[in-house]
Amino acid sequence: MNNAARRKIISRIVEALCALAVVLALIPLAMILFYVLTRGLSALNFAFFTHTPKPVGEAGGGMANAIVGTLILIGIAALFAVPIGIICGIHLAEYAGTKFSSIVRFAADVLNGVPSIVIGMFAYGLVVLPVKRFSAIAGGVALGLLMIPIVVRTTEELLRLVPSGLREGALALGATRSRAVFGVIVPAALPGILTGILVALARVAGETAPLLFTSFNNAYWSTNLMQPMASLTYQVYTYALSPYDDWHRQAWAGAFLLVMMILTLSIAARLAVRRLERMNRP
Amino acid sequence: MRPFIITLLLIAACAKTETQQRPSVVTINGAGATFPNPIYSKWFSDYNKLHPNVQVNYQSIGSGGGIKQMTAQTVFFGASDMPMTDEQLESAPGPVLHFPTVLGAVVPAYNLPNVTGLKFTGPLLADIYLGKVKKWSDAAIAKVNPGVSLPNLDITIVHRSEGSGTNFIFCDFLSKVSPEFKQKVGASTSVNWPVGVGAKGNEGVTGMVRQSPGAIGYVELIYALQNNIPIGDVQNAAGQFVRASLDSVTAAAAGAAANMPADFRVSITDAPGKDAYPISSFTWILLYQNPTDKERGRIMVDFMKWALADGQKLAAPLGYAPLPKEVVDREMQALQRVILTLSGAKGKDLKMRMASQLEMLRLLRGSA
Amino acid sequence: MTRSHDDRIFGLATGVFAALVLLIVVGIAFELSRQSMLSIEKFGWSFWTGKVWDPVSGVFGARPFIWGTLYSSLLALILSTPIALGIAIFISELSPRVLRQPLAYLTELLAAIPSIVYGLWGMFVLTPIIRKVELLTPEALRKFPLFSGPPVGVGMGTAAIILSIMVVPFTSSVAREILKNVPSAQREAAYALGATRWEAIKVAIGYGKSGIIGAIMLGLGRALGETMAVTMVIGNAPVLSLSLFKPQYTMAAVIANEFTEAADELYLHALIEIGLLLFIITIFVNIASRLLIWSTKRRTIRPVIFPIVAEEESAA
Repeated sequence: MNNAARRKIISRIVEALCALAVVLALIPLAMILFYVLTRGLSALNFAFFTHTPKPVGEAGGGMANAIVGTLILIGIAALFAVPIGIICGIHLAEYAGTKFSSIVRFAADVLNGVPSIVIGMFAYGLVVLPVKRFSAIAGGVALGLLMIPIVVRTTEELLRLVPSGLREGALALGATRSRAVFGVIVPAALPGILTGILVALARVAGETAPLLFTSFNNAYWSTNLMQPMASLTYQVYTYALSPYDDWHRQAWAGAFLLVMMILTLSIAARLAVRRLERMNRP
Repeated sequence: MRPFIITLLLIAACAKTETQQRPSVVTINGAGATFPNPIYSKWFSDYNKLHPNVQVNYQSIGSGGGIKQMTAQTVFFGASDMPMTDEQLESAPGPVLHFPTVLGAVVPAYNLPNVTGLKFTGPLLADIYLGKVKKWSDAAIAKVNPGVSLPNLDITIVHRSEGSGTNFIFCDFLSKVSPEFKQKVGASTSVNWPVGVGAKGNEGVTGMVRQSPGAIGYVELIYALQNNIPIGDVQNAAGQFVRASLDSVTAAAAGAAANMPADFRVSITDAPGKDAYPISSFTWILLYQNPTDKERGRIMVDFMKWALADGQKLAAPLGYAPLPKEVVDREMQALQRVILTLSGAKGKDLKMRMASQLEMLRLLRGSA
Repeated sequence: MTRSHDDRIFGLATGVFAALVLLIVVGIAFELSRQSMLSIEKFGWSFWTGKVWDPVSGVFGARPFIWGTLYSSLLALILSTPIALGIAIFISELSPRVLRQPLAYLTELLAAIPSIVYGLWGMFVLTPIIRKVELLTPEALRKFPLFSGPPVGVGMGTAAIILSIMVVPFTSSVAREILKNVPSAQREAAYALGATRWEAIKVAIGYGKSGIIGAIMLGLGRALGETMAVTMVIGNAPVLSLSLFKPQYTMAAVIANEFTEAADELYLHALIEIGLLLFIITIFVNIASRLLIWSTKRRTIRPVIFPIVAEEESAA
């Protein structure tokens, strides 16, 4: 066999292996979704979305407070992490060469790798112990801390990708640095930054560990930010490890809902990117 | 972008802070043991129906967690399957009272094809969990189960991975019946298991036992009942092999009620009495004797009185054994000890000051 | 206001937020150290080397957990990297246009599944499957340390599989972005020289090597810190072993399991020290990946056409 034919065969084999890789990744995905769906669908009724948890033996319990709780928690996390993350990202992109920037960039990467449970412990010491109460704010802070590094890095990378012509043009027109950044460069990079935020939100919406010692969970309907707040992840965790079938079914329904919520966030991210890219085109 | 911001603002508008909430609803947070979670959630829900302005939010983070958070005062009351140790009591900011609520049992569950009705002695269980008895066909097991054909399977030992009151109850019993277990492992919510696999939660242990032939694990009675797995009879202090049931658990408590200490911190594993199930335990609610928040203290005492009376009737259908009458009577008396009014030292001061001011007023009126 | 004055304010204002991020990380490091003082003072280095973890008698050694974390993450990397790269290559280079978006969404769906769901699925579905596989392993293989151990289903192997499934979407989506950004001139040059599809892909990978290593490191970071899913399938036994079958334990899992229950000071401090250890390991992994990326950046300056030409020459 001559060399060309051999190389062609190798290429074909590798292509097949890549296709196999895709199949291998999709198998567990299908299995997990199937598992969650078959177990949870029966419990996804109207009561699930509108009622609060009921003790075992009473029909009609739901996870309404947990659904709203998760939304509130990621809302607080976003409020906390987005401004800090974006402005930090702006600084890293604008002053990319300085030693300070390298240190901060390294710190953001380290923060990204800190296990969520350690962040939870940190938030416990910072926000819960001093005021001696569990609260939605503490949970939001813990989740926000997890979001910050993702927002920082995405913002920085995207601002860097904006063509330098845009910045030079703005500066040539006499804009100050802040004007150039906030008026021209950031809007140009906005789709990508938004993606970063939504990706970060998707990441934290599925977290349980940091909420264990911060937002605590709540059996009742509550929108009070200074009190414990229910969350889907925590509720699913508690119900799944209980002895009752009814609670198990609700746990799977909650898990399914959680997956759908996170998927919606990531699809929304992609759609937002495409729509804004189209808008930005001259 | 805009719809995103609008959504965020809408959510923010729904969120409230303390000052805006209806002033009449009182929320009390509690944390602790997972074992009584089902009955506590029923109790707090029913109590809320009777008193709609009281919302007790109980979360099961584990016995040790309950003690810790109560000591840190991030929650108002705790719940534990294991009584607080002297050191823990000392490090609490104020004196803590223990109030037993219901009774539970820890049972050895196993998975052996075609075998049911196995019997275990305490020392045998200890030896299994120490790793000394490795196979089901071991002579030690056969001796206690004559006539049962035991397969030559390896014993897969399952214990809890995380700290838990269930751990404590089981280890407490094993430490009492086996000095070697007491020395090598000891009794606490978290121990260093010499052998075995750790599964998460009672549910995890049940799951592991159910899907591994040859496995043995210890779980709270309700889990075994709900999941229909075979459980073993355990030999009690009187030499009888007893199966865990609501009656045998209450018998264990009744036997211990006679010698119960005033603070209710007692272990009833290996209890005397021929019908007593040896791996039984109280589970307690922990309250500060002199809480700074008098209103919440008052509510909790009222709740405890309800739980000890009407609440007990809800226990059996959920798989918990109600408390024996002697214990309930003692607790009602002990509840009086919780200081709910300013009749402590502060209160005395106030009364004295008021009395002296009245005296002065009388004198002034008299002189005018 | 002069331009430079305004610029300086801009620099300072944004710098404050950047400093805040730095402060958070330093704060975490500080808090972790402070809250683990008792344990550090009592055990010193023996904490890293000690094998016994006994809360009742107050003896704490973290070696089994350190081993478990490193081993499980390494196995997860070995399993996930080829698959993630394969997916990235397939989606960006090989698949028909129309399949691209759907496949991309599907891979992202893997990342959307919360870790408790992975844990529960692992416990109820994967574990029995692995158990059957363990039972079917021939005796001859059992002799090797890699396959020794009781067939319980939970263990290092199961944990590695779950971890790799969780890591794949992260590595593959970043790798995909990198490959997308490789200038088409590189590929076109390769094709012009008569390269096969795979050889052209190799060129693209070579160009984006540093970014791809970054993607792998991102996956590693995820694997190191994963808690919930791992603790449900790893067996939670503090054992040091090469075996894929034996139940073992990781640092994140022991913290999650025992933190809420740890009621005495030394115990709590020992657990927090494990958190500190995990933090330090994360820092090391970050430094290592930076060095790796820096060194590959230096080496890929020379033209990438050479590899293909060299092959042609050697065959002729």
